[in-house]
Amino acid sequence: MLNKIYDWVDERLDITPLWRDIADHEVPEHVNPAHHFSAFVYCFGGLTFFVVVIQILSGMFLTMYYVPDIIHAHESVYYLQNEVTHGMIVRGMHHWGASLVIVMMFLHTLRVFFTGSYKKPRELNWVVGVLLFFVILGLGFTGYLLPWDMKAYYATVVGLEIAEAAPFVGEFARILLAGGDVIGAQTLARFFAIHVFFLPGALLGLLGAHFFMIRKQGISGPL
Amino acid sequence: MSEKKHRVSRRQFLTYTLTGVGGFMAAGMLAPMVRMALDPALEVGEEGDFVSVGLSEDEVSEEPQRVDFTREIEDGWYESEQNQSAWVVRIDGEILALSPICTHLGCTVDWGTNDDHPEEFFCPCHFGRFERDGTNVAGTPPTRPLDEYEVDVRDGMIYLGDINQRG
Ligand code: HEM
Ligand code: FES
Repeated sequence: MLNKIYDWVDERLDITPLWRDIADHEVPEHVNPAHHFSAFVYCFGGLTFFVVVIQILSGMFLTMYYVPDIIHAHESVYYLQNEVTHGMIVRGMHHWGASLVIVMMFLHTLRVFFTGSYKKPRELNWVVGVLLFFVILGLGFTGYLLPWDMKAYYATVVGLEIAEAAPFVGEFARILLAGGDVIGAQTLARFFAIHVFFLPGALLGLLGAHFFMIRKQGISGPL
Repeated sequence: MSEKKHRVSRRQFLTYTLTGVGGFMAAGMLAPMVRMALDPALEVGEEGDFVSVGLSEDEVSEEPQRVDFTREIEDGWYESEQNQSAWVVRIDGEILALSPICTHLGCTVDWGTNDDHPEEFFCPCHFGRFERDGTNVAGTPPTRPLDEYEVDVRDGMIYLGDINQRG
């Protein structure tokens, strides 16, 4: 059945070369854990992506209940966690996934570093990776405010103090991020927008560039 | 099994197992999310409270009277008061409280506002009409009678509860 549908579409649009080009390629022996178990370190990049996918999916579903408003934000999180069936699981996925994505990204970075994979011709991909690192830190920082409880509020107070400590542009950066002098209604609205639209958009763009370069240059050789 | 052995190639075996394991993981991931999204549709409605409408039993007559009252509604994490109205009328000695929401497409009906049919409920949107007891007049757009509030009389006062469909 599925085969028939596939053939029908393929006959008309010739889609086989498209996915073959992306998916069908040799996995070199030195990155295959079936050959050398220690090669599992090459999985960290894919695992980071896997957790990012979980974050995006669970985040989309959280947004069905969450409202970015200082009066109702906490109530809506409380409601989705305690009243909605499986809401606790979905919030838990997003909550723990947020930390896991950073752990995975860090391990992936260590692998790239110790295999020297950042060297010519892959310098640009290291740069994109560093940008990804900041985007994901930004997602963690902006997401942390959203439940609008004491921990969220004071974490953001400190985070904005850190931004303010930057020379020359510090105060400007703090006011821009907070959306004013007060950490309140405007801060929450803006952090929400950054968390669910701006940074995920940047994340997807950068991931696209990251994967394009990997496909183009191939995986780096054995040590 | 037939005589011919069904040989599974290494590639096929990997395709099957990886698709199976991958599908299982994807399902495990998506199931809680989908259940969460479906929650409002799967939740069983709770019984609403009865609220007093400030009308005593003796005041109810065969002439429908409009009562306005507020009811607490729970909307997820948000609780608020909603204004509601009912037409209270006595039919054969029994007290009926009709919802003013037209059963055609939800406009609001009024009593006796159509000069040609002064003794009927009238909906201005598509000229729907209902009799004194809420029965829809054949040949007008509504296809069922006006919905009915649950009525309770406590200490001689009228209390209204949930709205139910009739017929
Ligand atoms: C790598 C990607 C992401 C990371 C690291 C991340 C991180 C976080 C963190 C740390 C929180 C606070 C959770 C808590 O304290 O329980 C949060 C909350 C939230 N995130 Fe994300 N997030 C990511 C992607 C997304 C995306 C793509 C969306 C939506 C499209 C989203 C929507 C939300 C919402 C609605 C909340 C508030 C609900 C809650 O606090 O449980 N997130 N996020
Ligand atoms: S909505 Fe009342 S007649 Fe159409």
